[in-house]
Amino acid sequence: MTRVRAEILSTRSVGAYHSLTLVAPEIAEKVRPGQFLAVQMPEGREFLLRRHFAVHQASRRGGWAGTIEFVVDPHGPGTEWLTSVKAHESLQVVGPLGTAFAYPKRHTNCLLVAEGHGAASLYFLAQELVARHKRVDMVVAAESQERVFKPIEGKRLSQTISIVTADGSLGMPGSVMDALPDMVESTGTEVLYAAGPSATLAQIAGFCRQRGIPAQVAVEERMACGFGLCQTCVVPVARKDGSGYDHLRSCVDGPVFNPARVLWDRWLSEAPTMLPTPPEGLPVVRSWPG
Amino acid sequence: MAGVSRSLSVDLGGIVLSTPVMVAAGCAGTGRELPGLVELRKVGAVVTRSITLEPERGSPTPRVAESPSGVVWSTGLQNPGIDAFVTDELPRLARSSAHVVVSIAGNTLEEYVRLTGSLQGRPEVSGIELYLSGADVELQRPMLGAHADRAAEVAGAVARMSMVPVFAKLPMHATDLPGIAQAVVRAGVSAVTIGGPPPALDVQSQGLRPGLGGVTGWLSGPALLPMTLRAVFETARAVPNTPVIAVGGIRTGDDAVEAFLAGAWAVQVGTATLIDPTAPVTVAQGIVRYLKAKGLASPADVRGRLRVPASFGVVGGEEQTT
Repeated sequence: MTRVRAEILSTRSVGAYHSLTLVAPEIAEKVRPGQFLAVQMPEGREFLLRRHFAVHQASRRGGWAGTIEFVVDPHGPGTEWLTSVKAHESLQVVGPLGTAFAYPKRHTNCLLVAEGHGAASLYFLAQELVARHKRVDMVVAAESQERVFKPIEGKRLSQTISIVTADGSLGMPGSVMDALPDMVESTGTEVLYAAGPSATLAQIAGFCRQRGIPAQVAVEERMACGFGLCQTCVVPVARKDGSGYDHLRSCVDGPVFNPARVLWDRWLSEAPTMLPTPPEGLPVVRSWPG
Repeated sequence: MAGVSRSLSVDLGGIVLSTPVMVAAGCAGTGRELPGLVELRKVGAVVTRSITLEPERGSPTPRVAESPSGVVWSTGLQNPGIDAFVTDELPRLARSSAHVVVSIAGNTLEEYVRLTGSLQGRPEVSGIELYLSGADVELQRPMLGAHADRAAEVAGAVARMSMVPVFAKLPMHATDLPGIAQAVVRAGVSAVTIGGPPPALDVQSQGLRPGLGGVTGWLSGPALLPMTLRAVFETARAVPNTPVIAVGGIRTGDDAVEAFLAGAWAVQVGTATLIDPTAPVTVAQGIVRYLKAKGLASPADVRGRLRVPASFGVVGGEEQTT
């Protein structure tokens, strides 16, 4: 990871979201899909902590070489401020941070499932998978049309795409889970990747476990530093041997996890079910099949 | 002023730091994270996250919420336990840092004694800091360090055992902070760290729920600085010959100088490190800039030099303890 002062090359709104492109060759060279940036907030404001964004695009070659792009969903003081910064101003950024999605070695049929601006990092992944001659299909879900992130881009990157919106303003009305089973059937999904709100990821995890589909998900948990110092962004993850679970930091041990190992109920439920002691009920999970 | 030989080094009861700036407890990771982001050798010392006897998973999430100029947080002392810490984290922290001060946390006197025992004879340990903001299980009190007699009992036991300097980190909101400081100093600690953060609650009005998974937490960040300064000021007057280490809301060199004026010998930088990992170094640079501008040789030249009216006399709980 590198700490850089990066010039903003361009900033523009994309539907309900806002996209920023930075000149940061040190980061662009190293970053892989799933990894994220920690962006420092301005001095003299009452909000302090860095804000964290998955990388949407890293250009290593061509006219845009050395740039990275990330997508902001404006919903609080920090993210609102980021929509107001202008091109040629600069941001203090640390990156690339966290773990990246692993590419399958043997399998070829990849289904990418995104809700909201989770699509930003999955489009980056889709590019890399296509470059590795994998088949990419997508489910892209959002509340409404303007929250479907770059649907045209999604269509360009995938063999087939299923767009679902909660209000039916674009694609099929419904949620991720309404579209997922059909897509898995019709595309012969061998591995699945997902990014989005944790409640959706939990449903996807349950589905993948039931169907025996190996998967990787990028989680979101409230984070203070982003570099592994503060232990706030933890997620309960079962040990490989099933001997118990640990609170792993989603900034350095994640954000990409094997969903079969995440204890979703313990993480998200207000009254999690008690774990058996000794916890032999915990899943024993094989590593990513490749 | 030419010819002034300037030095930032400070002696905290036996441990000599090259700069009076440390990374505060819980903000230094596990020894893997900081070396890539900041030159730790330029930082006076690193205080580790608080270590307990047994592994501790910590609080449910979310563990952090932003408040105006601050953060409300609760990690619940997540740590691997003293045995794993000593074999894994401690050597790694020591490899990159000038000094490692190990923060230890217990709920009984015995736990503090056993933790100190586990650190005995480890050359990587330059000092021990006592986390005293936890519950006292034996005496069934919510905060062990809020009581002078009990804080002194624990601090005394650890100080007698330890071969390295012991800092007592006292909760800054304790009612009789100067009295507790005097008691732990009498019991033998080398320095007092002021202080443990005040408890806090974040409320999310939209969801009608607390912002933290563990409901209540602690307040950190710049919002805390005036509280820290008051606590340091009153403590330093109560224990004038003992090093006082200021922690809470210090983000810049000027903040550190303010703490020195209030009576601090050194400072710890916590939340600021989480925002900018180079903060402990920039704070030290800011101190140097101030000293240069004033033509001073060392932070000791401003220590406790806050000009207070002579009529300002009776402080906090000083009288109650005599």
